[in-house]
Amino acid sequence: MLWEVFVRSRRGLSHVHAGSLHASDAAMALRNARDVYTRRNEGVSIWVVPAAEITASSPDEKEQFFDPAGDKVYRHPTFYELPAEVRHL
Amino acid sequence: MDFDALLAADARIEPRDRMPDGYRRTLIRQIAQHAHSEIIGMQPEGDWITRAPSLRRKAILLAKVQDEAGHGLYLYSAAETLGVDRADLLDLLHSGRQRYSSIFNYPALGWADVGTIGWLVDGAAIVNQVPICRCSYGPYARAMVRICKEESFHQRQGFELLLTLAHGTAGQRAMAQDAVDRWWWPSLMMFGPPDEESPNTAQSMAWGIKRHSNDELRQRFVDMTVPQAEVLGLTLPDRDLSFDGEHWRYGEIDWAEFRAVLRGDGPCNAERIARRRAAHDDGAWVREAADAYAAKGVA
Ligand SMILES: [Fe+2]
Ligand SMILES: [Fe+2]
Repeated sequence: MLWEVFVRSRRGLSHVHAGSLHASDAAMALRNARDVYTRRNEGVSIWVVPAAEITASSPDEKEQFFDPAGDKVYRHPTFYELPAEVRHL
Repeated sequence: MDFDALLAADARIEPRDRMPDGYRRTLIRQIAQHAHSEIIGMQPEGDWITRAPSLRRKAILLAKVQDEAGHGLYLYSAAETLGVDRADLLDLLHSGRQRYSSIFNYPALGWADVGTIGWLVDGAAIVNQVPICRCSYGPYARAMVRICKEESFHQRQGFELLLTLAHGTAGQRAMAQDAVDRWWWPSLMMFGPPDEESPNTAQSMAWGIKRHSNDELRQRFVDMTVPQAEVLGLTLPDRDLSFDGEHWRYGEIDWAEFRAVLRGDGPCNAERIARRRAAHDDGAWVREAADAYAAKGVA
C-alpha cells in the first residue's frame, strides 16, 4: 500500500510533503518514513497518509477551478492607491 | 497550460498533467533504471561492511550503503507517480528486461576500492545527477535534489579514505593506485556512449529530461577529477591525458568493453542479479507477514 509522507522540519513550521513509500500499515509507514526521509535530522514530526485517501483537484479543470480568484485584484493591498505622504499603511 | 507551453516556459510537469506517451515511457525507463542502479550499487561496497578496518570506517560505509537504498526508494516512488508499480519494475530488473549502470558489474577487490568507488563512481554520479535536479518532470527533479545533497558525503568520505591510504605504507599506497587504475575507465563509461552514438539525446534534451550531452558531462568530470588525483598523489591510467589550456583531454575509451558489460558479459553481471533476486525472494516472508498482520487490523 502506498503512503504519502509529510515532514515538519522544525517547530514553528508546517508539515511539508516529502515523498511517498510502501508499507503494510500505518505503524510500518511511520517507521519507514523515519528511515527513508529523516536520516539526517530532517524532521521533528511525521504524518503518513494513505495515498488513496487524498482527493486532489484535477489539472484539467485548473483554469475554471481557480478562476474565481483571478479577477479579484481588490483582495491585494497593492490595489489601493494612497497619497504618498501617508505612512505606516 | 498544455505540455509544450509548460516546457517552453521551463516550468515543471507534474504527475496528473497531460503528457505525451513517449515522454512518460522515456521517464519511466530512465527513472526505473536509475533506481535499479542505486540498489544494485549497494552490492560492491556492501561486501566490505563486515571487513572495514575500524569502527569509524564501518559506521561511515554502513551509512553510505543505507543512503543508496534510500536513493533507490526515492526514485521508485518518483517512477510510480507515472502510473507504474514498483513490484513490476523490480520484476523487469530481475528478468533482465531493464538495466542498471554498467559500473556496478565490476568487483570491489580490496579495501581501497571502497574509497575509489566513493571518489570516482559517486563523483561521476554527482556530475550526471546535478543537471537532473532541473529535469522537467517535478517528482524526478525533487528526488534528485535530495539525492545530490546526500551524494556529497559519499564522494568526500571516499576521497578521505584514499588520501589516508595514499599517505600510508608502501603497500597501502600500491593498493590505492591499483584500485584507481581499475576504476578510472569504467567511471568514464558511466556517462554513456559518445554523443554521435547516442541517438536519444536530442529528444531527451527537447523534453527537458536531459540538460547536457554525455561527452559534455564526461569532460566536466575529467576536468574536476585530474587535479584531485594530483592532490592524492596517485596517477590516472591514461598516457594521453594532457591539458590543452582549457580542458584535460583524455585517451580513447574502450567502447567494446562498455558494450560487452551492457550485454551482460561484465565480470559480475550474473552475480549481481542472482544476489538481488535472492534478497528479494528471501524477503518474501517478511512482506507476507507484514501484509497478514495489517489485514488483521491490529496495528
Ligand atoms: Fe546514490
Ligand atoms: Fe552515492
